[in-house]
Amino acid sequence: MRHVLDAEFFRRWMLTAAAAVDREADRLTELDSAIGDADHGANLKRGFTAVRAALEDAPPETPGAVLVLAGRQLISKVGGASGPLYGTLLRGTGKALGDGAEVTDAALGAALEEGVGAVAKLGGAAPGDKTMLDALVPAVAALGDGYAAARGAAEKGAEDTIPLRARKGRASYLGERSIGHQDPGATSSALLVGALAETAEAVTGG
Amino acid sequence: MAEGPLVGLVLVSHSSPVAESVAGLAVALAGVDTVTVEPAGGTADGGYGTDADRIVAAVRAADRGAGVGLLVDLGSAVLTVKSLVEDEELPANARLLDAPFVEGAVAAVVTASTGADLDAVEAAAQEAYGYRKV
Repeated sequence: MRHVLDAEFFRRWMLTAAAAVDREADRLTELDSAIGDADHGANLKRGFTAVRAALEDAPPETPGAVLVLAGRQLISKVGGASGPLYGTLLRGTGKALGDGAEVTDAALGAALEEGVGAVAKLGGAAPGDKTMLDALVPAVAALGDGYAAARGAAEKGAEDTIPLRARKGRASYLGERSIGHQDPGATSSALLVGALAETAEAVTGG
Repeated sequence: MAEGPLVGLVLVSHSSPVAESVAGLAVALAGVDTVTVEPAGGTADGGYGTDADRIVAAVRAADRGAGVGLLVDLGSAVLTVKSLVEDEELPANARLLDAPFVEGAVAAVVTASTGADLDAVEAAAQEAYGYRKV
């Protein structure tokens, strides 16, 4: 797997993610109603609707600018904690990509690692805390084996949050009662990584 | 006693009525009307949550040139303000105060009204954590 990724690739990734969020919004909200405040699906849907509109309105010309614009929309429109967290992920990744018109797979992997690091810093969470990071950290680690491997790692990471006890956010107030439920944030993170794999398959054949 | 501009304050809550009420309470308990206290509560559609654009607008409105302290309730309010600070979307003289929401707001308004600088307002708000109730 070796690709050169341009702004169009990143725009398609964001639009694919928006479609996945639309499709899975009810499931995300259902997961969130078990251990959160039952708004994750609706919040992300509102955020990605704004991302879609912004990208159609004025499509940025570089990969980095696409992610920075998407991140800004999420921070401003989501309304829940996932807004600043996903916004930081995309903006941190976008900034790390720099302003080149094209980036390599390796550059995207390194940039995502920075973006995930920024999320960990903002939320003060670590893998095992039953958060987005439980899907994102293994996904980034698996990226060297390809986008499909990253998707698999993210999905497994999300499923593996089921037996964990939440240590961050509202779910942490539930203590032991947070055990036995899949984390909504890790689940939506797996959707985002899945959208990246889907885009890579559609654009470049994997 | 204050000659120059005073530190302004922004109260960020998941709830618009909470932000407005705590602003009113802090001003009333401080007994002054000289400090600008801007509430930034809830989402744009009137629901519970955090609205980054509303926070940015409130900080601008509270900025009198001496700096702005932000007090937040929890969760997305904390993370949204932190990410706005991190990405330099707020004026350089705006700062998240690590303080309890209600007690910190009262301490901050009283201190700001004396003409104290942002460091002193921050310290006063933070000290409110030390007041034990039991």
